[in-house]
Amino acid sequence: MKAALLAPILLFSLLLLSSCFSSKPTIKIGLNVEATGEVPAVGKSTINAAKLFVYQINSSGGIDLRGEKIPLELVIGDNESKPEEAVAVARRLIAQDKVIAMIGPNVSSCSIPASEIAESSGCLMISPWSTNPHTTRSSHDSEDSFKKNVFRSCFTEIQEAPILAHFALQELHAHRAAILYDMSSESPSSAAHQFEESFRKLGGTLVAAETYTTGDRDFSTQLTKIKSVHPDLLFIPAYYNDVPLIAQQARRLGISAQFLGYNSWSTPEIIQLDVEHCLENACFSNHFSPTSSLPAAKKFVTLYEKTYDQPPDDIAALTYDAMLLLSEAIVRAGSSNRLSVREAMSRIENFSGVTGDFYYCQGSHDPLKSLVIFTIKDGSFVPRIMMKPHW
Amino acid sequence: MDYFFQQTINAIQLGSIYALIALGYSLVYGVLSMINFAHGALFMLGAFFALLLEKTLPLPFWLLLPLTMLAVASLGVLLELVAYRPIRKAPRVSALITALGCALFLENTTLALSPYPKHMPMLLPPISIHCCGFTLSSLQILVIGTSIVLMIFLDLMIRWTPFGMAMRALSEDRLMVSLLGIPANRIISLTFALGGALGGAAGLLYAMTYPIVSSSMGIVIGWKAFVAAVLGGIGNIRGAVLGAFILGGIEVLSMILFPSTYRDLLLYSLLLLILVIKPYGLLGKPPLRVA
Repeated sequence: MKAALLAPILLFSLLLLSSCFSSKPTIKIGLNVEATGEVPAVGKSTINAAKLFVYQINSSGGIDLRGEKIPLELVIGDNESKPEEAVAVARRLIAQDKVIAMIGPNVSSCSIPASEIAESSGCLMISPWSTNPHTTRSSHDSEDSFKKNVFRSCFTEIQEAPILAHFALQELHAHRAAILYDMSSESPSSAAHQFEESFRKLGGTLVAAETYTTGDRDFSTQLTKIKSVHPDLLFIPAYYNDVPLIAQQARRLGISAQFLGYNSWSTPEIIQLDVEHCLENACFSNHFSPTSSLPAAKKFVTLYEKTYDQPPDDIAALTYDAMLLLSEAIVRAGSSNRLSVREAMSRIENFSGVTGDFYYCQGSHDPLKSLVIFTIKDGSFVPRIMMKPHW
Repeated sequence: MDYFFQQTINAIQLGSIYALIALGYSLVYGVLSMINFAHGALFMLGAFFALLLEKTLPLPFWLLLPLTMLAVASLGVLLELVAYRPIRKAPRVSALITALGCALFLENTTLALSPYPKHMPMLLPPISIHCCGFTLSSLQILVIGTSIVLMIFLDLMIRWTPFGMAMRALSEDRLMVSLLGIPANRIISLTFALGGALGGAAGLLYAMTYPIVSSSMGIVIGWKAFVAAVLGGIGNIRGAVLGAFILGGIEVLSMILFPSTYRDLLLYSLLLLILVIKPYGLLGKPPLRVA
């Protein structure tokens, strides 16, 4: 009886002891990701790319801190694509897990509140995919004041939407545009407003701007309104699980306009969910193309494909770049101190990653980058044109 | 004119799905005076059952519909047997909390088993009839047609069959019904089966119209259907259908006139207004007081 009781206790204490002895110092990096909820595919890509990066670094012994190799350790927190969970995960990663920096969240409605936590606790945060301007800016009205601790590895909607408007007019020859967007979600509505402004400025006519709310499945009312004004182009800044529904309902109602999307369209799920092939010939912009000719990108794509049996999407590439940026900052800082890593990060101006060249101009925390326009052809994304920002 | 027509069809389509779900709330409330908050989850499971059946053995719609209805009906019966029957004599608040708990349990189980939204394969060739400016798809006809047939069937059943009679009697006086030798428990089980079957049918039709199936799809639509049931007078079958079509109509109308975020605001304001004027809903009657 006693022996039976003693055995597990002994085993447990042994485990405790062994964990004490084996605790080699590591550098902890927090991932605040959308593993479940509205956009689980986003979280999956982030985790895949981050794990790949950590595996690569650790297989060579770890990150080089002034001659000493220290391995990286990932701490993954699921924010369920909910703002309140993103905040809770950020708090836990920073206060409890003591991570050196946080990668993510990706969805702007999560990364904006999480960035406040990073800012107030002085922990570096790099969002791979949040394109909403407010993520890195400290107040909503002034353009130039950035949060000290918050960076991103993607372009913003401020850059993206004007390029899209330009593309719509010049390449698609569309002059009457309509927009349908999720007005309760940060990123789509900010993309819609930027597009509206730029499209008008460049000489196009905006014939309709309709809205819906997150979780809506029926868009027939708004689409019927849009149909009655005969647009040549329908801009749909929406997350990937809404897009196929919108496209399908639009075609069923007899809308023949060209569809245009933005970076959130870029997951393979959008094709899988588009059963009726309504998105054929639709165009959208993105951060990254797996067929990119950059040497660094080619190397990353081969490695990713070998590990996960699928090409990386833009989120994976941007996460990889965020990890690259972070490790660069850690190496430059030469220590695993939060403050010095953040200082080192803010001194990076030019950087070359797998998604191309980054320019953090004049203290900006949003890099200037080029974007790739894709066309959906026979159920796959075909790169169409590379558009440079007008700097 | 065709614009108006098109929007009317949109409203009817939306209303008929709300109606099928609202009926489930109303049926259960009529018999047990209990709000089955897990009904939205049953609707969601209907969509998942249909998807599962369709993925394992591709079936035509006319076979898929009864099978889905049967599956969700059994689940409804099981739910009542396991979760609601043991606490039937407990205070009402316990039943309410149990129902909420069941809803969360079913939703999260589904989330755990299938975290990614799934797409529903096409069951019908996408034929659209374009006629004098407006468009009617084969799917819209199917959704509206199936819902109306099911509703007529239910109404006839409640009005003319012994089961329907027993159900109506049960809603007036449960004790008396038992004293007269009618097996009340069996009638209650059947009511849950009926509600579940309608919820399952709604799940299938909804998944066909909006072919993305996820574990959270039943939450908002469940609330709306519940609102429709209350609007029409909860416990009243025709009221639930009326409430659902009014709801669909207001939703479409508010989106024509205002930005989409005003829709639910308007909807619930109207609900409050109607309930102030008619506290038992449009067709509801105050409960009979048995001395």
